[in-house]
Amino acid sequence: MSESNIVLQAKALAKHYPVSTGFLKPKALARALDGVSFTLTAGKTLAVVGESGCGKSTLARQLTMIEPPTSGQLLLGGADVTHADAALKRQLRQQVQMVFQNPFASLNPRKKIGLALEEPLAINTSATKVERSARARAMMARVGLRPEHDARYPHMFSGGQRQRVAIARALMLAPAIVVLDEPVSALDVSIQAQVLNLLMDLQDETRVAYVFISHNLAVVELIADEVLVMYLGKVVEQAPKHTLFAAPRHPYTRALLASTPRIDAASRQARQVLTGELPSPLNPPSGCAFHKRCPFAVERCRVEVPALEALGGGQQVACHRVAELG
Amino acid sequence: MALLEVENLSVAFGAFKAVDRVSVSVDAGEVVGIVGESGSGKSVTALALMGLIDEPGRVGATRLSFDGRDLLTMRERDRRQMLGRDIAMIFQDPMTSLNPCFTVAFQLMETLRIHEGGSTKALRARALQLLRDVDIPDAERRLDAYPHQLSGGMSQRVMVAMAIACNPRLLIADEPTTALDVTIQAQMLALLLKLQRERGMALVLITHDLGVVAEVAQRVLVMYAGQVVETAQVPQIFEAPRHPYTEALLSALPEHNIGQRRLRSMGGMVPGAFDRPAGCLLAPRCACAQPRCRAEQPPMIGDAGAQARCFFPLTQHATARVQA
Amino acid sequence: MSAVLDQAPPSPLKELWRDFRRNRGAMIGLGVIVALVLCALLADVIAPYSPKEQFTDAVLKAPSLQPIGGHVFLLGTDPVGRDLLSRLIHGTRLSLLIGLVSVGLSLSFGVVLGLLAGFFRGGVEFTIMRLMDIMLALPSLLLAVAVVAILGPGLMNAMDAIAIVMLPHFVRLTRAAVVVELSKDYVNASRIAGASNARLMFDTVLPNCAAPLIVQATLGFSTAILDAAALGFLGLGAQPPTPEWGSMLASALEFIQSAWWVVTLPGLAILVSVLAFNLMGDGLRDALDPKLKR
Repeated sequence: MSESNIVLQAKALAKHYPVSTGFLKPKALARALDGVSFTLTAGKTLAVVGESGCGKSTLARQLTMIEPPTSGQLLLGGADVTHADAALKRQLRQQVQMVFQNPFASLNPRKKIGLALEEPLAINTSATKVERSARARAMMARVGLRPEHDARYPHMFSGGQRQRVAIARALMLAPAIVVLDEPVSALDVSIQAQVLNLLMDLQDETRVAYVFISHNLAVVELIADEVLVMYLGKVVEQAPKHTLFAAPRHPYTRALLASTPRIDAASRQARQVLTGELPSPLNPPSGCAFHKRCPFAVERCRVEVPALEALGGGQQVACHRVAELG
Repeated sequence: MALLEVENLSVAFGAFKAVDRVSVSVDAGEVVGIVGESGSGKSVTALALMGLIDEPGRVGATRLSFDGRDLLTMRERDRRQMLGRDIAMIFQDPMTSLNPCFTVAFQLMETLRIHEGGSTKALRARALQLLRDVDIPDAERRLDAYPHQLSGGMSQRVMVAMAIACNPRLLIADEPTTALDVTIQAQMLALLLKLQRERGMALVLITHDLGVVAEVAQRVLVMYAGQVVETAQVPQIFEAPRHPYTEALLSALPEHNIGQRRLRSMGGMVPGAFDRPAGCLLAPRCACAQPRCRAEQPPMIGDAGAQARCFFPLTQHATARVQA
Repeated sequence: MSAVLDQAPPSPLKELWRDFRRNRGAMIGLGVIVALVLCALLADVIAPYSPKEQFTDAVLKAPSLQPIGGHVFLLGTDPVGRDLLSRLIHGTRLSLLIGLVSVGLSLSFGVVLGLLAGFFRGGVEFTIMRLMDIMLALPSLLLAVAVVAILGPGLMNAMDAIAIVMLPHFVRLTRAAVVVELSKDYVNASRIAGASNARLMFDTVLPNCAAPLIVQATLGFSTAILDAAALGFLGLGAQPPTPEWGSMLASALEFIQSAWWVVTLPGLAILVSVLAFNLMGDGLRDALDPKLKR
């Protein structure tokens, strides 16, 4: 992996939110993100997998610099942007953009989509109105929409088309990285296929790097190069895609894979229904956050927080019993 | 005789046919899946069965009977008594399906009171038992909780508890797992199956997730733009689908495209209210469309076990699906 | 590849008009308002006489079609012989002006304050909202009287007073709408595109808060007319001989029993205008409410 190709590096990113627990009581700390590290290369896709409450949306907000991290470092193209001031942030905006989950809420209902697409250009470049309009229409054509529809409002489009508009908007500034937060979860199967194809085409053309957040392992298996599995703010397993799906080592990863409904009976794994629910980040369990639901938990898991250990082949797992469970 | 028999159910909103001549029959204790994308009319079908379609929608059917009784000619009062008691429904979004102003106990007891009656103490005991039946941990405490204090999975379980309160013969579940995380989804499906087995309930599962249906259902109906386009047993429908739409849906799934560069996807979109084709509704998007398909609407063709609404059902599967 | 409807769907304005038209009350209200506006614009043309002209031989005459001294006073005359119809028609101009200026001032300042409170939260929000709470705690008419007492009587000062009294409503409305919109993804999307706070406030969020503000502004018209009439009644608003409906009422109270038309007709004019604005405001709210859409 050549150094010059690394577009994004996260080092032990953490974000804690103080939450009021009542009048005159001390504030509790919600550890939404608790030490996440990864490296992202140009033209590759890093998938972040986890269920609600695991911290993936918080991670998205950190990477797009909406909020500064409580601790840790974020490096964009080699430059430390962890505590960027407003001026630096404005510069960096052009490098990181985002596509949101809900196609119905991520477009301004009162803005024609042509203007919505021109907005990033109007803010960040000195292109004239004519130039902006032309680039917006060109981008619409690129994502498979009819350019003559640029005077329409979002509610006149279907979910899949709106998501295309959102993707177009994210690409207007030709960013190096696009963070996609569950971009196809709200879409039907056939539209999902179209949008995923579009994303892969765009990545091939422009060498943009994706941070793809999803809870759908089937989609992740298709599109990712590397996978990060998160649970309650921490990374529990990190591996290249093929390794993760061929040999998942963390009990949570295995449970996720086993819980995913599959059509072909042959490829279904032994059904192992997890009991319980995700604990609250305000009151995390002691030791390993997963121990209360883990079928393999022992005393050590209750007491000691497991650290991420490298297992070779780029795979890292945070589990005390990883060697025994095999 | 089937528990639920529906023939040629149609729901129209003005000139727009949301549901077009749908026929379903469900036997006692059977699990039937209804699969379709948005705009397929699957939720409207369920609402029509429950009598929940308001003006300006108009519901019509040549036959609509439950347990031998004709729903079309039944008195409104009798129908309301039957709904909720013998036929129950659970909805997609648990956060909006429970009344935020009342506790769980109140809402459960309300259902029981309407259909069964009894003293408050007896009702509360029944409510507690129901929460235990749906595997809610710490049920005593949860009885007095308000919906906003429950997580998505818990709220969904409370809804299931309300639905099974009066021991329905048929449970209609409209996208019960879509809003849930995948591990909670697995729990919910296991719960529904457990209840279905224990109580001998028939279960109609409406979803867009083919994987869920493959794991849970015995028989599947595939809907497209308001019509049923294929019906067959599981797993045959997934191994050898006869309608091109079913085939296209399966080919577009990520799990059937592992190792491929791109997902096989069918172009175009589901026809809306204004652009319904004259012939087969899928013809504009179908790769094997013939002139006959564009001219006339195909009827359901096939025997009782497996039918497809296509003049030229698929007999071979030229596009072999890559196994994961 | 995309199969969006080929005929362009109706623009939001056309959709609004279509929903508004369905409401008969609202259409009546709109019709009356259009008539009022025409009256105001063409007052000089359609009023039979000048509102200031006094006919000494026709003092306090009842409405009739019979000419008196060669002039027909369709709605009668007031205590100093001025034609009531002409005064009412010219009064329309004043009432609409009052509505426009008061609501305009109140809306502009209210929206800016509401945006600031909603965006910056913390101390800014606290200061602004508590100030508004204090203003709301005082009875509106008393507050208006107090402001006019400080500024001095007169129509312009009355309009300023009314604007101040209406301010808290717009601020609260804007702030509430802003807080709701700020949690939505499209605002984050604009932030990530690098939008400054000013752009976020005015270009991104404000257009989405417009619906309740439009309704409040329309209803504010009727409040303004009523408040101006009350102030005029108290002698604090328009001064004679300005034909403002409220002050016309005030100067004629003693004639309630002897010359009913001098009191009743201005009162009716106020009633009709206020009702018209309320009906239109209700119609707009129903038409703009997305939940009521079919």
